Amino acid sequence: MKNTEPKNFWHPLAAGAGLGLALIGMFLLTGHGLGANGFFVRLVVWLGDTINPLWTEANAFLKTYLAKGHPVSDWVSWEIVGVALGALVGSVTARRFQLKFERGSGIGIGMRSALALGGGVLTGFGAQLARGCTSGLGLSGGATLAVAAFIFLGTFFAAGLLLSAFIRRVW
Amino acid sequence: MDFPVHNSGPLAMVIAGFFFGYFLEVSGLGSPRKLTAQFTLRDWSVFKVMFTAIVVAAAGLWLLSALGWLHFDQLKIQTTFFWAMALGGALLGAGMAIGGYCPGTSVVGLFSGRLDAVIFMVGMMLGATVFAINFDGIKGLYLAAEGPKSQTLSVLTGLPAWLIIVLLAALAVAGFRWGAKFESRRGGVISAKELSE
Repeated sequence: MKNTEPKNFWHPLAAGAGLGLALIGMFLLTGHGLGANGFFVRLVVWLGDTINPLWTEANAFLKTYLAKGHPVSDWVSWEIVGVALGALVGSVTARRFQLKFERGSGIGIGMRSALALGGGVLTGFGAQLARGCTSGLGLSGGATLAVAAFIFLGTFFAAGLLLSAFIRRVW
Repeated sequence: MDFPVHNSGPLAMVIAGFFFGYFLEVSGLGSPRKLTAQFTLRDWSVFKVMFTAIVVAAAGLWLLSALGWLHFDQLKIQTTFFWAMALGGALLGAGMAIGGYCPGTSVVGLFSGRLDAVIFMVGMMLGATVFAINFDGIKGLYLAAEGPKSQTLSVLTGLPAWLIIVLLAALAVAGFRWGAKFESRRGGVISAKELSE
């Protein structure tokens, strides 16, 4: 009989050590760490420039990205292609790949969609404000011992913990 | 050896990204249920994976620069903008609690089959657009309380970097032990099997 059970996750310390080595590799290759937020900003800038170039070129925040050219020329776009491939290989080879709408048992797909959208909006806004995300600022900054990263990580965990009662209800 | 190389080309980025995505997936951090369980203290995977990665990478970067193979001063080290980063961090914490992901883990979530991640991504792009539209009004906050350029914990405290790394490692070990107590009390770490049911 074919085994269809998913393999369990790695021990977090082993996966964390692997992630740390990948991060060192990225610093050696580029002088900066891993990131993710930058890719989504580049998408916004590219879409903005396609739909409404005048507005995008006039926007004080977006125009700094516009100067850097097409998203394809940006390292972060290629890195995200790699992230997607890595996640695909990891999940498929361990039989963990499963098409689904992941949500808590207490809420429906409509509610999950609304929360995913709302959480995404807070994240997109917050990552621009902080000039980076959990990987770009928290993880990569942390590896260089940047003070900025530890300020970010402190409030990241604090805000999540403050919402733990809410999380118990919806997740 | 003379690191860092500054521009390594697309293929190197795909390979580095591959390992980034792979290690996040195998640790379960593509799952919003597992990610949010950090904040209810049931599953400490986020803390364990992140802290281990930070300590390993910090130790590696320190060692490589001590050997003279890496120019630490050429690495990107973010300058603090206290209020923007403190508030931004809180928004990402809330965003993860509510939406289930952060930017990087949403990509891992989608490419392990989670379609809800697409909605989160659309939300992120809307959030970034809202930020851009209101940038003139936000600018004061964005630039407030700027710290010394590329300040590290080592510069801030006057302690050598190796000692900071040892202290972070000790903090991590204490966190792992403390976390393990909560994990056993609150239903235990979420397994791949539990997520597939």
